[in-house]
Amino acid sequence: MPEPVKVLTKRYEVEDAHTLDGYVRTGGYAALRSALGSSPEQLRQLVKDSGLRGRGGAGFPTGVKWGFVPQDTGKPIYLVINADEGEPGTFKDRELMERDPHQLLEGIVIASYALNCTRAFIFLRGEYLWPGIRIEQALAEAYREGYIGRDVLGSGVDVDITLHYAAGAYICGEETALLEALEGRRGQPRLRPPFPAVAGLYASPTVVNNVESIANVPHIVEHGAEWYRSMGTEKSPGPKLFCVSGEVVRPGNYEWPLGTPARQIVEESCGGMLEGRALKFWAPGGSSTPLLTAEHYDVPMDFDSIAAEGSLLGTGAMMMFSERTSVVDAVLNWTKFYEHESCGKCTPCREGVFWMAQILERILEGHGRIEDLQTLDDACDNIFGRSFCALGDGATSPIKSSLKYFRNEYEQLIERGRLPQEYAAHAGVVTDNSGMHRPSQLVRR
Amino acid sequence: MLSPDLRREAEALVDRYPVGRSALLPLLHLVQSQDGMISEDGVAECAELLSLTKAEVGAVATFYTMYKRRPLGRHLVSVCTNFSCKVRGAQEVYDRVSERLGVGHNETTPDGAITLEHAECLGNCEGAPVVSVDYLNHECLTPEQALELVDRLVAGEVPPPTRGFPSPGIRPMSHRLAGLGPVTARPGEAWVVDTAGTPKPGAGDEAERRGLRARERAAAGDSASGPLHDGADKGLGIGSQATPGAAQAPEGTGAAQREAEKADADAQVREAGLSADEVEEESGYSARESPTNDPGSEERSSYPDADPRKQDLEADRPAGDRDDSRLLTDRRAAPDGIADTPQSDELGDKRPPEADRETGTYPGGDTTIRSGTGGGEDNDRDA
Repeated sequence: MPEPVKVLTKRYEVEDAHTLDGYVRTGGYAALRSALGSSPEQLRQLVKDSGLRGRGGAGFPTGVKWGFVPQDTGKPIYLVINADEGEPGTFKDRELMERDPHQLLEGIVIASYALNCTRAFIFLRGEYLWPGIRIEQALAEAYREGYIGRDVLGSGVDVDITLHYAAGAYICGEETALLEALEGRRGQPRLRPPFPAVAGLYASPTVVNNVESIANVPHIVEHGAEWYRSMGTEKSPGPKLFCVSGEVVRPGNYEWPLGTPARQIVEESCGGMLEGRALKFWAPGGSSTPLLTAEHYDVPMDFDSIAAEGSLLGTGAMMMFSERTSVVDAVLNWTKFYEHESCGKCTPCREGVFWMAQILERILEGHGRIEDLQTLDDACDNIFGRSFCALGDGATSPIKSSLKYFRNEYEQLIERGRLPQEYAAHAGVVTDNSGMHRPSQLVRR
Repeated sequence: MLSPDLRREAEALVDRYPVGRSALLPLLHLVQSQDGMISEDGVAECAELLSLTKAEVGAVATFYTMYKRRPLGRHLVSVCTNFSCKVRGAQEVYDRVSERLGVGHNETTPDGAITLEHAECLGNCEGAPVVSVDYLNHECLTPEQALELVDRLVAGEVPPPTRGFPSPGIRPMSHRLAGLGPVTARPGEAWVVDTAGTPKPGAGDEAERRGLRARERAAAGDSASGPLHDGADKGLGIGSQATPGAAQAPEGTGAAQREAEKADADAQVREAGLSADEVEEESGYSARESPTNDPGSEERSSYPDADPRKQDLEADRPAGDRDDSRLLTDRRAAPDGIADTPQSDELGDKRPPEADRETGTYPGGDTTIRSGTGGGEDNDRDA
């Protein structure tokens, strides 16, 4: 049985880990010093050897992504950190930036050096004001002490980091839409190819990495690829932050090696499902990943095992819901989310998601027709794979998977015109924070 | 128009990026910090700063949720109603708060104290239900606690959020979102960057910095001759970026100063011409007539049996009665306050080099980036 690990979260209980003092005292920036002693090629190879896979949802190997960047174009190379964490149910990057911002900055400096990049951007979702302020403070300290800026630690390497607040658009989590937004445009995805590695920000070679991916880098540099591979599975090595929310006793971020069974994470870390609420359905990696059921509770949480069950690991945002919650209600809620967040560029997504939300709403209001289910299914098929980016695909995931596993509930709802009595309105406020190791971060002055 | 202080900050923002246009999102946050909304003036000024057309800036401003087209109140209260919060009671929190304040989604109370919105996932699901005040989160609120929170906000107090500091108001927090660092209030003036005691990160000697800037400009200039020219003559920001943070964060603000800040924020609301009546008028709907009017939750609901595919057949209904017509119009209508943006075909030679993007001179062989997609800003339906 896997054991919980403390890699990315190792400073979560250090009260002043967000300050430079606290970070350095707990071994911070040691990896940067040792990285500056290696060559960029060695570092890229090291990350490739570690098998680190992107934590933003797609699971693409980070080292391979770095390898795609042409080093000889004569254009500047940019590193952009995707901190536009918007996937419903996901809050791992927020906590990471709030509690340990220097870990991210150290990762950025190392990655920049490995990529021969002198300018990095942190693209932060605008609603993350407090994490942003923590990063601003960390940047100021790190600049002052020479960990960032011109001639990092006397090595002759220049790395500048700019924090850029976005303005509230889920679509900007998609890397090409993010680059559009960072260029000061509407955040609409670009057609690929060319991929950002070749022509990204300002048409220059660009690497876009998730916050958690980059936060792994200092640990890989410090302890080596072999150590990293000692956690997780062969194809999905390393630790992962799982954000558990919904009807569990203690929702929160918990770090486990990839490949840990979902049941173990929920029961050992979160205290299980709420009393009187047995698991009915769950999303393994945010609302864009197909729903799974109680039958899949023991599936190992890694990219390949989840894929084998017909879903995706996504961001590792596990949203757990019980028999007292209506899956149709959940699906409508998410579909309205996608309707609101569709950028409007591609017709199938823009129109399709809009109509699907209407149909679902009508079903929930008790005016559904049995042929609506076929219409929903057809609409999903006509959206999936027919848009520039994955937003439309993600919007079909909850609908398709709920129709697959819970067609019964839809049919009953259409026949009866209302939800059965046993569906409770909601589970009530999260009350048990005691076991969450979440020290208050209120500034005491 | 931006105040002289803000204007200087705006110019610094443009200089911060290798290509000036990248500063547009921060600039719009800056506009919102002064005007409490994306004003026509603000759009025009951003356009002028970046050599864009007002239509291009308007297209961007209308895309993002955080840019408001109606004046914000003193505080922005966002209730997360995504499902991880909803399953913990967020809908009840939203409904009760909406009822108490007498306003719906994106509406402002008549006294200008609070703008309410229901938000998509705020990324704080472990503290469900979450209510954010000016983007600082209050976790695990029962409906009663949420009501107490808004009551205190209306009364002029700001309870501390779960993490962070009591917000001085949405305007200074919008300024914070421009990425210029901490702000302090000067009585009767706009919020300005507090540079006292701020280290100058990465500030090497000037000559060195110029050398770096010249190198990067040369590199960006090569790769961006033409389409990306818009920032090339604005100076490249590397090394000269404004302080990304500072030692003195506003959470250190003493109670007395917070009082002053609040008073100042009040004054700004008044200065912005937001007397109670005007706020109501501006907000488009009459809050008093329909206290719980919430387009987000009520739209479409009066027509439970309408088949969405047959809406066209209902064209003879009175317009106000057709829920979908309103929704569809909302999605396609000209944005408030930016309605006079020029049509793209009238722009003639005022168009910046930016337009070359459409003709496919994008460097790096990626002319396909935009071909056939009509690049959001130019054929956009919002303009």
